Amino acid sequence: MSILIDAETTFIVQGITGREAVNLTRECLDYGAGAKVVGGVTPGRLGREVHGVPVFDTVLQAVEHHGGPIYGSVVTVPPAFTKDAVFEAIENGIKLIVIVTERIPRRDVAQMVELATLRGARIIGPNCLGIIVPDVIKMGGIGGPAKDAAKSYSKGSIGVISRSGGMTTEMSSTLSAAGLGISTAVSIGGDAIIGSTYAELMPLFEADEETKGIVIYTEPGGRMEAELARWKTENDSRLPIVAFMAGKFMDEMPGMSFGHAGTIVEGKEDTATEKIARLEAAGITVAEEISQIPELMKERLV
Amino acid sequence: MRFFEFEAREIVKRAGIPVTDFGFVTEAEEARAIAERIGGPTVIKSQVLTGGRMKAGGVKFADTPDEAVAHAADILALEINGHMPRGVLVDPKAEVAQEFYAGVVWDGIRKQPVMIFSPVGGIDIEQVAEEQPDKVGRQHFSNILPLSEFQAKQVVAATGVTGSDLNKLVPIITRLARLFVENDMTLAEINPLGKLEDGSFVALDAHMDMENEARGRHRQLLADLGVGDDETRQAREPTEFELAGEAVDNASHRGVAGNVTEFDGNLGLVIGAGGGSLTLFDAVRKYGGRPANYSEIGGNPSVEKAKGLAKLVLSKPGVDKIAVMMSIVSNTRVDIVARGVIAACLELGMDPAEKISIFRIPGAWEEEGFKILEKYGVRYADRTTSLHEAAKLAVEAL
Amino acid sequence: MRSDATFIGIEVADAVAGDEQLAAKLEEVCPVDIFASEGGISIVESNIDECILCGMCITASDGAVTVHKLYSGETLQATS
Repeated sequence: MSILIDAETTFIVQGITGREAVNLTRECLDYGAGAKVVGGVTPGRLGREVHGVPVFDTVLQAVEHHGGPIYGSVVTVPPAFTKDAVFEAIENGIKLIVIVTERIPRRDVAQMVELATLRGARIIGPNCLGIIVPDVIKMGGIGGPAKDAAKSYSKGSIGVISRSGGMTTEMSSTLSAAGLGISTAVSIGGDAIIGSTYAELMPLFEADEETKGIVIYTEPGGRMEAELARWKTENDSRLPIVAFMAGKFMDEMPGMSFGHAGTIVEGKEDTATEKIARLEAAGITVAEEISQIPELMKERLV
Repeated sequence: MRFFEFEAREIVKRAGIPVTDFGFVTEAEEARAIAERIGGPTVIKSQVLTGGRMKAGGVKFADTPDEAVAHAADILALEINGHMPRGVLVDPKAEVAQEFYAGVVWDGIRKQPVMIFSPVGGIDIEQVAEEQPDKVGRQHFSNILPLSEFQAKQVVAATGVTGSDLNKLVPIITRLARLFVENDMTLAEINPLGKLEDGSFVALDAHMDMENEARGRHRQLLADLGVGDDETRQAREPTEFELAGEAVDNASHRGVAGNVTEFDGNLGLVIGAGGGSLTLFDAVRKYGGRPANYSEIGGNPSVEKAKGLAKLVLSKPGVDKIAVMMSIVSNTRVDIVARGVIAACLELGMDPAEKISIFRIPGAWEEEGFKILEKYGVRYADRTTSLHEAAKLAVEAL
Repeated sequence: MRSDATFIGIEVADAVAGDEQLAAKLEEVCPVDIFASEGGISIVESNIDECILCGMCITASDGAVTVHKLYSGETLQATS
């Protein structure tokens, strides 16, 4: 079992003929059981093929060609056009949209998220590396080429949620090496407004029998960690959570921006120290170093 | 990016919100004409991007045009928190009956913008929210449904404001919300929004921040306001080192060598990616290291870009060695970064084995990367060495 | 002809060095612009070290191009 995607998930790649998309399409086809990438969309390139995947002008053509609803889309379209591409996906019945593109103005992101909510669709990202279910399927560039992803991600029962794409793999590799494999890892993106926050994904992990514990990567800035702490306190969750927070040095440098767009420390509430305290008060263990995470998780697992 | 007050006021004015009849000057003598036009007491305000103007003496009252010129001269020469003023604002001193607060920000949890309003203006809104919570109204609004005035009406009424004040405030708050969305602002604040003796409202100060990612959509506005393309408008002006870092990043579109920030230690950091950089910077400090800089390499940088950043950091006065470290990479190539940092040493006439304290980048093309590092005698670590351990090793080698 | 940078060396069999058609093909396939077409094959020295070891030049030239990994003494094998 897993959350969000599994071996049967069908998806398209919007912006498929772009350099990054060509790469990740190959990777998704090669990984695990081989993803069901049923089409790609780049306006004007109808009739082309990318690694055997047919390219269409519109999402509608892809759906018609598939002969039925397509579940997901990986969007790599440049920021000026991302909103339109995501609207197109949503309005053509796509239910899970992974937005890889970065530097999208948050007004556009807010619009995409609102439309998705209205239509019962879910967005992961933007500015993210996607989702991976070890040995089964990946959706996005997460983990890199198949043989690299295999080094970092073994199958297991830990759910991973991270605001940093690279750190999703770093933490998963550490867990896997310690014998704690991954059920599903989600790179949720580093922007100030994202489609799915930690708290919003927790109910999905809660409902996944295979997942027994959660590891999250966090940074200062924003209130998603506070939201998670609140969720944990208000819900009788069976899942122990271990968190790692990077960027503690930023407490000493307010107003400067590092890391991701959402990582600007603005007020006392957003500092790393306060966040860590809040997480711990909610029963979430905060690791000092990534290498400590497996031991801390083993202690917390029933 | 931040706007200066005089720019923010102009933006507010264009949105149809009443502002005072102010003038912006860059020479002290120019203040005379403005003061004469205003024909009454004036306020001379430093135009800097930092706060604390009042305390630093950057806001002065003048009764006559002569005084206005004198104050302008003083303030134009006054440095506040490391910032020299762009100019000064000459503002009519308003007869204010009451000060209000109106602002719009993003709520990252609700994923919508939120209007904030209070009849207690002129002070820090966070303070009011803490001390008099019933005097602060909040109203989220949709980004895909059309904005309608009732939303502004609700936020004002929630604080107990009624009567003609309510009716006058509604269009102002609505226009502020509209300008926030249309201009891709991350903050749009009018504090204080003054109610004058005659019952009319006017923006007495304005603070606007536009999202950096959206600058490209507002070229006309920025051009009209005279904001240069190269003006970053961040919390502090970039140093020469940082500008050089930006130049390395901008030289090509292949990959990213970004957020190069200057510190004053002896260990240069060629690190990535975003989350990895934050973690590594913490780790270096934890083990007593003194970073010379911060950086974020990512994407798939070319040899040239990796070399450019490494050279910049190696050349920084006071740098003894560099540490090249990243979290496990998927699309950054280990061998390409290895080539870049080694080439940087060679071109500077330095020995890579000596100058690179440690190289820790596991992931894509690592086997090839290790071959290169071995050839040049550079100490490297694979994924079995954690980010923290790598940082510790880097620091200990100094 | 052969041109060595710091990490990579590019060797083109003398027999084909003047082949303008091959030169144009190599210029097109190399993702980092190592080859230029100038009355035959021309090697852009400043780009040699950007070689991403994709092997497309070897394939396009049927092995007339050899890519040397100067750091290990190996030559690149074509993958496709």
